[in-house]
Amino acid sequence: MAQADTSAPAQEAHGLLYDPRARAVFYQVLTLAIVVGIGWYLIHNTLANLAQQNIASGFGFLDREAGFAISESLIPYDASDTYGRAILVGLLNTLVVAALGILFATLIGTVVGISRLSSNWLVAKLASVYVESVRNVPLLLQLFVWYSIITVSLPHPREEMTVGLDIYLTNRGIYVPVPLADPVWPLVGLALLVGIVLAFVIRRWAKRIQETTGKIKPVLWYSLAVIFGCPLLVWLAGGAPIGMDVPVREGFNFQGGIVRTPEFTALLAGLSFYTGGFIAEIVRSGILAVPRGQTEAARSVGLKPGRVLQLVVLPQALRIIIPPTTSQYLNLTKNSSLAVAIGYPDLVSVGNTTLNQTGQAIEAILIYMTVYLTISLLISLFMNWYNRHIALVER
Amino acid sequence: MPMKSILAAGAAVGVLSVVMPVQAQETVNAVMERGALRCGVNTGLAGFSNPDSEGNWEGLDVDVCRAIAAAMLGDPDAVEFTPLTAQQRFTALQSGEVDVLSRNTTWTLTRDTSLGLNFAPVTFYDGQGFMVPADLGVTSALELSGATVCVQPGTTTELNLADYFRANEMEFEPVVIEQIDEVNAAFFAGRCDVYTTDASGLASIRATVAPNPADYIILPEIISKEPLGPVVRHGDDQFFDIVKWTVYALIEAEELGVTSENLEEMMGSSNPSVQRLLGVTPGMGEALGLSESWAHDAIAAVGNYGEIFERNVGVNTPLGLERGINDLWTRGGLMYAMPIR
Repeated sequence: MAQADTSAPAQEAHGLLYDPRARAVFYQVLTLAIVVGIGWYLIHNTLANLAQQNIASGFGFLDREAGFAISESLIPYDASDTYGRAILVGLLNTLVVAALGILFATLIGTVVGISRLSSNWLVAKLASVYVESVRNVPLLLQLFVWYSIITVSLPHPREEMTVGLDIYLTNRGIYVPVPLADPVWPLVGLALLVGIVLAFVIRRWAKRIQETTGKIKPVLWYSLAVIFGCPLLVWLAGGAPIGMDVPVREGFNFQGGIVRTPEFTALLAGLSFYTGGFIAEIVRSGILAVPRGQTEAARSVGLKPGRVLQLVVLPQALRIIIPPTTSQYLNLTKNSSLAVAIGYPDLVSVGNTTLNQTGQAIEAILIYMTVYLTISLLISLFMNWYNRHIALVER
Repeated sequence: MPMKSILAAGAAVGVLSVVMPVQAQETVNAVMERGALRCGVNTGLAGFSNPDSEGNWEGLDVDVCRAIAAAMLGDPDAVEFTPLTAQQRFTALQSGEVDVLSRNTTWTLTRDTSLGLNFAPVTFYDGQGFMVPADLGVTSALELSGATVCVQPGTTTELNLADYFRANEMEFEPVVIEQIDEVNAAFFAGRCDVYTTDASGLASIRATVAPNPADYIILPEIISKEPLGPVVRHGDDQFFDIVKWTVYALIEAEELGVTSENLEEMMGSSNPSVQRLLGVTPGMGEALGLSESWAHDAIAAVGNYGEIFERNVGVNTPLGLERGINDLWTRGGLMYAMPIR
């Protein structure tokens, strides 16, 4: 508005009124003011109403003793711990079931998605039936079905069913023996990580060899050798401890080993199979979206079918698959809150008990929203990074 | 359905933030204008609140609601029942979704204060017990170390359970499921060794849900005090008074020998207490802001406290409970109505 200096005040106001930029700023400020005003009104009224009804508010309750027990926990917890710790236990349980759910849903989805494209009639039809049935039945009902299957069909601990190797299936859970605590085991875990890193290094090395000389190295065998070889060597060097903590019946239930409760198993199965159905469709559509000419061109330069899939089809299909799969991962994480229906102590289940005992609904809901928002944003961030990583680099 | 608790909590957040500050007598006026009382009850607990085969709600808690509706509106059927789980109940009451909660709810200090609620007189003195399958071979709760226990979340039961096992240095594994039907199913499928809730609730579940009631025993230990009664939210003292005195009127009627059958006869009674209760001598109804026939209508609808007890949970019902401490104070129980004068 350089010319404003020379114009008369009236003209200036006139100009301002019809200046599109000034108007845009005005409407944005107005919108912001309305939003802030409504927000302030709601918060003010909430606090006033809470005070009027003498309902406690604030996050002070997180430091108070929870007083209720939780059936499964990754960290030590008992009823004399605080509400804050109880909610942390719930959060970790949510993360565990969501992470494993994402892993299994991806595996199921990939296998079923590829099966639907199979030329084998039976395999393709079975995959179709699976996808159509899990996608079209509400998840909550599926969870009830899984839970009933486990609690009603599996035997009571007193008449347990074993599948050998001291693994017991009961309607109280699946009991699996674990190695006895030994200082070697953490080192073995570390060696496994080292093995995985080495496998990546080998892959890069093989790729460089291929790019410079054209020779193809058997990467798979080398990788498997380092991934399993490293921990095995450490285990042998550590004196090869073989003591196992075996579940034995004692009192009402089995003691020892590790147990996966029916609630956890039902939730994990329900989430994995449900989301797996959606991912299967995404995988199928991703593969179908790669133009046929790409496959034909790859074959015509003499690539074997496996290499065609690995080098030409999958890299292109992945670019289509990743973004919608990200939404499925987010859905799975949020759907894990249905745990409350079958008694798995996830964030919402523990949080609801807290909410109910303290009466602080608003604070509890705020905690849920913050936690799910944070988890979802983190998953999105990671998947977006991965998406960029595999994106087509145009020259 | 479990999402409903989150929805209820969400609704509470919504309602609490939008509704303008509550006015005194808001609840009474709302009930009068609507012509119906909104009453929160259990989703299904035989003897306390349970729909019959025709969908009519019945039970001790339900009768309390009907008595309040009769006292306020003269019609025991002017009640809208909202079935609520243990977790949904307080948010539903706080947010105004229901006017009164009559849902076997234990009176505790925290609930009475920081939840913003007021407890009307106790309508059932209960205590927490344990039920186990008879073939488990357990005869005392002290033998339960290491057991798996089915319990509903958000209840005092859940807290007493943890306290009891801690106090006796025993271990347990809780299975916590919100819907009462799902907890029942899990227990009778053998998911848990023990089912714990109020002793009356155990009797009810054993009588009506167990495949064969004789296969289950209720252990002798009663580990807590569970005074159950109707609850209202803070902010309407007149409504609190009405709920409170309706319950007292039912107890007083039993003490004075007024029943739903001899009610019309009793209208001619020369006993001044009976005359005040039934509005023959006016004043009580006016003090409550109701018609003078408030107590008469309530008793005509559901009978006195003894009749309600015997009809729903007494020895001749499937629950088969003795009056015990729920008898009148004159017979050694705890039921004691404040003077209606």
